[in-house]
Amino acid sequence: MIAFFVKRFFQAVVVMFVISLISFSIQDNLGDPLRELVGQAVSEEERQTMRDEMGLNDPFLVQYLRFAKKAVQGDLGNSYFFKKPAFEVIMKKLPATLELVFGATIIIVLFSVPIGVYSAIHPEKWFSKTVMGLSIVGISIPVFLTAIGLIYLFAIELNWLPSYGRGETTSVMGFWETGLLSADGLRHLILPSFTLASIMLPLFIRLIRAEMMEVLQSEYVKFAWAKGISPRRIYFVHALKNTMLPVITVGGVQIGTMVAYTILTETVFQWPGMGFLFLEAVNRVDTPLIVAYLIVVGAIFVVTNTLVDLIYGLVNPTVNLAGKK
Amino acid sequence: MPLLEVNNLEVCFGLRSGAVKALRDVSFTLERGERLGVVGESGAGKSVLGFSIINLLSRPGHISAGNVNFEGKDLASLAPEELRSIRGNRISMIFQDPMMTLNPVLTIGVQMVECLQAHRQISTSDAKRIALKRLQQVQIPSAEKRLDQYPHELSGGMRQRIVIAIGLLLDPDIIIADEPTTALDVTIQAEIMDLMLNLCEQNNVALILITHDLGVVSQVTQRMLVMYAGRIIEQGPTKEIINDAQHPYTQGLMNALPQMAIPGQKLNQIKGTMPPLQNIPTGCSFNPRCEYVMDICTKKLPPFTQSGNCLVACHMVADSQHGPQQEKLRSEEV
Repeated sequence: MIAFFVKRFFQAVVVMFVISLISFSIQDNLGDPLRELVGQAVSEEERQTMRDEMGLNDPFLVQYLRFAKKAVQGDLGNSYFFKKPAFEVIMKKLPATLELVFGATIIIVLFSVPIGVYSAIHPEKWFSKTVMGLSIVGISIPVFLTAIGLIYLFAIELNWLPSYGRGETTSVMGFWETGLLSADGLRHLILPSFTLASIMLPLFIRLIRAEMMEVLQSEYVKFAWAKGISPRRIYFVHALKNTMLPVITVGGVQIGTMVAYTILTETVFQWPGMGFLFLEAVNRVDTPLIVAYLIVVGAIFVVTNTLVDLIYGLVNPTVNLAGKK
Repeated sequence: MPLLEVNNLEVCFGLRSGAVKALRDVSFTLERGERLGVVGESGAGKSVLGFSIINLLSRPGHISAGNVNFEGKDLASLAPEELRSIRGNRISMIFQDPMMTLNPVLTIGVQMVECLQAHRQISTSDAKRIALKRLQQVQIPSAEKRLDQYPHELSGGMRQRIVIAIGLLLDPDIIIADEPTTALDVTIQAEIMDLMLNLCEQNNVALILITHDLGVVSQVTQRMLVMYAGRIIEQGPTKEIINDAQHPYTQGLMNALPQMAIPGQKLNQIKGTMPPLQNIPTGCSFNPRCEYVMDICTKKLPPFTQSGNCLVACHMVADSQHGPQQEKLRSEEV
């Protein structure tokens, strides 16, 4: 088990290094940070001095090494706009994004498993065929369109749910602002979560259905029928467990991807999360913040993938992470 | 009354290109404790026959005619829940490939206990005790440890022993073994076969042994069925068929045995291949390959003719039995 974590840690270091290099190298092409930092009145001469002071005129490698040296100490630089450490700014927005991803994940799990399983067991029923058709439509609709549609229907026409913001939040343990503990916060979470889930849900339904259908054709399921096991047990113990193995692997990666997808959802819903922040940072050419965002998202990917591998190891007896006999 | 009686069974696979009959007019009986061999080429319908007895055909296969009588019930038309109470309980099955038969994510113990609990009101600890006893009967070393192991931790031979143990768990009346040793290493095939036969005999279990190994069938079964293109073309006591096969196809199979070969000469073989089920010739389905083919063979499906203790579906045999009558009939037709 320790060996697994050590290996994962070194892999993570390499991944983070590559991400930092890439994200750092794109910052030169994003525009001039000085334009946002100073007003029109500042002369070109003064601008040059400021650039020299900020080290923006140094060669790329020098700049990167200076950044990397600080980064390993946990300092990802100061945001130009917020005049605060970029990492701190991002961390403050992280709970909102993670809660949104969490909400979407819950929706995906709650809907995709029963629907996928049902349509695998009864592929001929009209319900399954409808679901398959709708899932294609669902995959094809862009997120922002789903979001606008949901806002129009549930916020404007029916006036059931709020259309923007996080609503009431409570502070947990001093650093985590959560919207999950108040009714208002939860109400605000519903539409953004469904929007974020809308891309992945059809994909998961199709994935679970396809895997389940394959498992149901397998010899061991046939043998379970021959043993006279009840259908319920065959579907939910024999087949579902084997179905979930590949789904867990794919799902883990998709949860990481969803963190990236939040940019669109958060923008439409004015959700004060990392994605929204990132878009603002791009507009303001706030390069330290952009770099910090990419690194944090990269770290989230590494962590979720590690967790997924752990869970996979727990579910699949043929994988032995612990290295024990 | 026989333990199992199959009458005029017909199995259809409804495909987009039309229905294909995988079994046609299959009738046979099985007595308590009897060992019945089912032989034939790949695709002759042996496995389909095995699965259709417990009505466990994969979609789109289904029983389209006939019945399977077991203890006064017709398994071909039984309600799913009643069928479930017979499967694994009174009639169990042993599959071909032990590497695929056991669920990879469940322990051996779970897979045995669930089988007992599916048919009996029994506590898990009692079920475990029975499972352990069965594992010892199939001579699995350190059986206790195996209950907590997963299939991937065991060898193919071990897994097949476990499958056999599961088959015997509830003292069934019939075991259908579908090529139980084909997927195993040659060195342990005989061992597993002996084990299975001994346990069946000890527990007075009737065995339907599906195989293409004529050698095994001749040694261990009392009666046998020879299948060709979805039909039984010859059935009767194994000794009679082995020593004096009536149907030209069975004769061909016997001559093709390596034991029959003359050293230095090529092995005998039956010319041609079995027709695909979508495209079975009219009349006797063996007629394109038969060296004794007659006019009638290409026109009329041969009826079953009693010959000794055997039933044979061949015009030639029918002619030799009721020769003059047939001749007369035919001349009348002309």
